[in-house]
This record gives sequence, structure tokens and C-alpha cells, in this order.
Amino acid sequence: MAKYTLFDALDDVSFEIPQGEAVGIVGRNGAGKSTLLKLLTRVTGPTRGKIELNGRIGSLLEVGTGFHPELTGKENIFLNGAILGMSRQEIRKQYDEIVAFSGIEKFLATPVKRYSSGMQVRLAFSVAAHLETEILAIDEVLAVGDAEFQRRSIAKMREAASGGRTVLYVSHQLQTVQALCTSALLLDRGKLTYSGTVEGTLEAYRDSFESFAIAQSNPDLRPGNGMLRLERVSMEDEFVKSGDDIDIRFAAPPSKDLIGSYFVSAHINNDQGAVIAQCDSRLVGKWFDPNHRHEGHLLIRDLWLKPGQYTVDVFVCQAGVLDAWEGAWRFEVLPDLPYPEFTESSGTEKGLVFVNFDYKEA
Amino acid sequence: MQKPKPTSITPPGRLNLPQWREIWRSREVAVRMAQRDIIVRYRQTIFGISWVLLQPLVTAGVFTIVFGVIAGLDSDGIPTFVFTLAAMLAWNLFNGAVSQASTSMVSNQSLVQKVFFPRLIVPASSVVSIVVDFLVSLTLLVALLFIFGINPGWPILLLPVWVLLILMLGLGLGLMAAAYLVKYRDVGYVLPWVLQVLMYASPLAYSLNAVPQNIRWFFEANPITWFLEVFRWSTLGAEAPPSWQFIALIVAAPAVLFLGILVFQKNEREFADYI
Repeated sequence: MAKYTLFDALDDVSFEIPQGEAVGIVGRNGAGKSTLLKLLTRVTGPTRGKIELNGRIGSLLEVGTGFHPELTGKENIFLNGAILGMSRQEIRKQYDEIVAFSGIEKFLATPVKRYSSGMQVRLAFSVAAHLETEILAIDEVLAVGDAEFQRRSIAKMREAASGGRTVLYVSHQLQTVQALCTSALLLDRGKLTYSGTVEGTLEAYRDSFESFAIAQSNPDLRPGNGMLRLERVSMEDEFVKSGDDIDIRFAAPPSKDLIGSYFVSAHINNDQGAVIAQCDSRLVGKWFDPNHRHEGHLLIRDLWLKPGQYTVDVFVCQAGVLDAWEGAWRFEVLPDLPYPEFTESSGTEKGLVFVNFDYKEA
Repeated sequence: MQKPKPTSITPPGRLNLPQWREIWRSREVAVRMAQRDIIVRYRQTIFGISWVLLQPLVTAGVFTIVFGVIAGLDSDGIPTFVFTLAAMLAWNLFNGAVSQASTSMVSNQSLVQKVFFPRLIVPASSVVSIVVDFLVSLTLLVALLFIFGINPGWPILLLPVWVLLILMLGLGLGLMAAAYLVKYRDVGYVLPWVLQVLMYASPLAYSLNAVPQNIRWFFEANPITWFLEVFRWSTLGAEAPPSWQFIALIVAAPAVLFLGILVFQKNEREFADYI
């Protein structure tokens, strides 16, 4: 028996990016986004194929890489700058600006290990933000840091892109891709499935959920050890009104292989791929006996979803995952509001969900 | 903004020779990493750099008592303490280069996984702090030469050559070890033990003349012996080793370094995946 299974993280991916483009790279987990970025930034080498870059590539892979806790802020600016690919003159030239941008002037002679974590992130980002390579690669760096900091980072990325630099941005967050990028690539299980406009890519990304869901309805293709496979996950209707209870039914056959009871966890995801809610049966003390067949219900109350498409993932677990059924069901929340009054759209456009709230006089 | 230079990334060939131009372009990384190693080593210590002097002094003292006084082994008419200390410096240079270079990749794991620069820079720059330590402790040896009134004569002019050869030998071995330590952490357990065996199989604290004839060949075949003897010849005016040892050292050191570079480069592509 072979000890390893060979696996191509990326295969047959060809594209060309014009200079000055801000390109978003999107795809599900394990699609090969980070591998693509690693290849482009030369952290790892390709096994075949060819990449041509016009200019130097710098990366903001993860803030703080290359910082040494014992070194002072100033020493770290020079070390980190060099590691990110800046020459000594470049760092010297930008030094004052880096310090000003990070806002840590007073602590330049203090070892970084005595910094607060916020200060460390600020310093690291300021160094990285002053990287003047022609191509800039970013891997979800915006996920860290506080809101003010994210705002500044996005501004810096915009500036980079409008200054004629090419920006490559890998993300799960479709909103930021939409906000920042001028074009996008969609990767699916190692293949390039779409490249073009941001809108087109996001469209294709949503469609890929559909083809993915069809593939997942075949239990043999689903992850999990298979000691128990769900037969069916469904809802009464594919349309739901915001504020209504959500009733998800599932059918699980008995399993002879399984010893001891198992539990079920369901996720509700929005069309951006974000998990809105997790409903784990352990939290309500519900376990299932594998000797019997179960026709179960999951009843979700008081979840006020915003209008849009949602998918349901159902996981059956014991010590390990028995069955992982992503995209087991899909439903749409109708665009009528659960509130007593209507307002212009600015009153409802923020936030991931609606909530049951009230304003009262003291 | 600089004018863009086109780069082309292709799968590495079978014989992946280092890109010297690229390494030269990334020299700032090497400088900063070496600087970091030196600064970090003695930050938050009271005695700072004097540890570099203290360590060989104490070890040489212990060896003098064990091998010179208790065992009464011969040291070619040179005071055992100086005799041992000189060899100690050469050994520390070699040992330090091997140990630092071999662990450098793993101790810079997060960098190797996330940022690109020619990987050869990591082990190469890690050796710099060892050289600095060596230079500092060399002043100790010079002081002792004056105290004991030893005049090594003209061979001292060749000292830089031996230092360079010792470094080549150490870095070469260190590169091979570093490349395999990335994949197999076992190397980290085996290597210190191998180094210790090599040390005891060399005339560190006594003269080669004190070694019984029947196992002398074993000592003479040990490359550590070659550079210890040559080093003592250059610094203490000890008896010159046989000329075959000179030649062996001069041939072996660059060969080992070259082999080390080849082994390291052959594995370079996979470092970020395995580390």
C-alpha cells in the first residue's frame, strides 16, 4: 500500500494580470488560494509550470512575521524591513514615516516583547505598508487588528493599487474583495474556474455552491468516516420569512458499526460563506442512539436572518466526524422586514442579521 | 519606484545551484539576521559578552586538571592550559558553526514558512555570531601568549586561512544537517552526540604523541585533528603536523562546503512544506 497519496494543490491554473490591477483571489477552504500566493511569493516552489513576474513581489502574509521579541522597536523595523525585501536605503528613507504611521515614537528603544499586542500589530503593519514593491500580495491580513486599524489598512491598499502597483488579495470575506478589487479569480479544488470582473467572480462563487451541493448529496463523496451517513436534510419550504422559526428536518438511519450515542451540529451560512449560526445538539443536551432510526427536527427560534440566500451544513459527530454534509439544504429569506416600520435602506443595510430590539425612554 | 525587473519562477532543476546574484541582492537580510543573533544573545545578561571569555577559560581549566594534572598527558612542552585553550577556540568555532547552522532553519521556522529570500542566507548568517565570539576569545589567547611568553613566529600569519577552512568545514556539515533537520528532527538528537564523539577522538587537551600507537590512525583520520594541529602550529608554534594533513584539510574543507551547499539546495524547494 502506498504510504502517501499525491495531491495537486493547484493544477492547470493560467492567468495574466495587467499592471496596476487589484485582484481578489476567492474560493472555498482548500481551494488552493494560499498555495497560489505561496507560489507567487516564492515561499514554496512549483513542481511544474512557469510564473513570470514583472517586478519585485512583497507580501503581507501575516503581520508580525520576522519580529523578534527581544529586539527594540527600532531594531525590529530594520530587521522586518529587510526580511520583507526592502533595501537599507529604502528603510532609511521611509523610517520616519514608518514610525509616524505606527504611532509608537515613544517606545522605539523598548524591546517589542514589552509592547501591547495592539502596538506590535501596528508596528508590523506600518513596516509592511511601506514596502514599495511593484506587486503586493496580501493574505487576509485585515482579519486582525481593531476597526480603526482595518480602515487604515484598506486605505493603504487602495493607495497602493491606485499608485500603479499590482495588488493580489486572498480572502474569504467577499465584502472586502468587492470593496477593494478591480478584478478577481475564483479557484475551486485547485483549478481556476473563473477570472474576470469582481461581480462575475462572486456570481460564479455563489454558483459553485450549487454544484458543490449536488456533489455533496452523494454520501460517498462527503468527508467523514462514514460510519453513519445522513439520508436526508430538508425544510418544509425553500422560502422563509425573516423572524419566522426555522425548522430543519433530518433523517439518520441506524448504524451497527457505531458504539455509543452521537451528536449533530448544524451551521447556517450566508451567501458570502460566513457561518451565521452554529446549533450543536450537545448544547441542549441532545444525543442520538445509533441503534435506532432518527427522524429529527432542528428548530431555530429568534434568528432574524436578512433577506438573501442561505445554506445549511449538517455534521454528525462522535469522537471524530462521521458525516460532514456541507450545503445539505439551501433556502432563501424573503425580502420583507420583520420590523413594524419601513425606512430607507440605510436603516437596514449594516449588520449580518436583524435582531429583535426596542428603544425605550428611561 | 525602481524599474521592474522581470523574474521567472520555474520548478527547480535536479542540480539546484544557488543563485548568487539573488543572494547578493538579499544581503541586507543576512546582515540584519546576524545582527539580531548577536544582539539577542547577550541582551538581558549582566556579564554580556564576557561569557564568551569565561566559557573557554573554565573548560580549558577543567581539561587541564583532568588531562594534564590527573592523567598527566603530554602537551609537547607547551603549558597545558594554553595548549588546551588554543584548541578549544578552534573547536568552539567548528562546533558552533555546525550547531548554529544546523538548527537555524528550524529556529527561523515562521520566516521560512512565510517569506521568501534565498534560504542559504539563514544558515550562513547564523554562523556570523560564532565568528564574532571567536574573535573576542582570540584576544584572550593573544593575552595568554604574552603572559606565557610564547612566540608562534611567522605561521601566525596563516591563521586567517585556517579560520576560513574551519568555517567551511563547519558550515558545510551544518548545511547538510540543516537540510535534513527540516524533515527529520532526529538529526537534532544525533548531531550533538556525533560532535561529542568527534571531539573525544581528537587531541584537544593533549598532544597526539600521548595517543597510543594502535589507535593513533583513528585520531589521525579525524578531520578535527587536522585543524586542531594546524591551529596550534599557527598560534603556539607547536610542531608542524605532517604535510598530508595540511593538504587533506585544504582539500576537504571546500569540498565539504560545496557538498553541503548542494545538499541544502537540493532540498530547498520543500523547506516551507516540511518544516
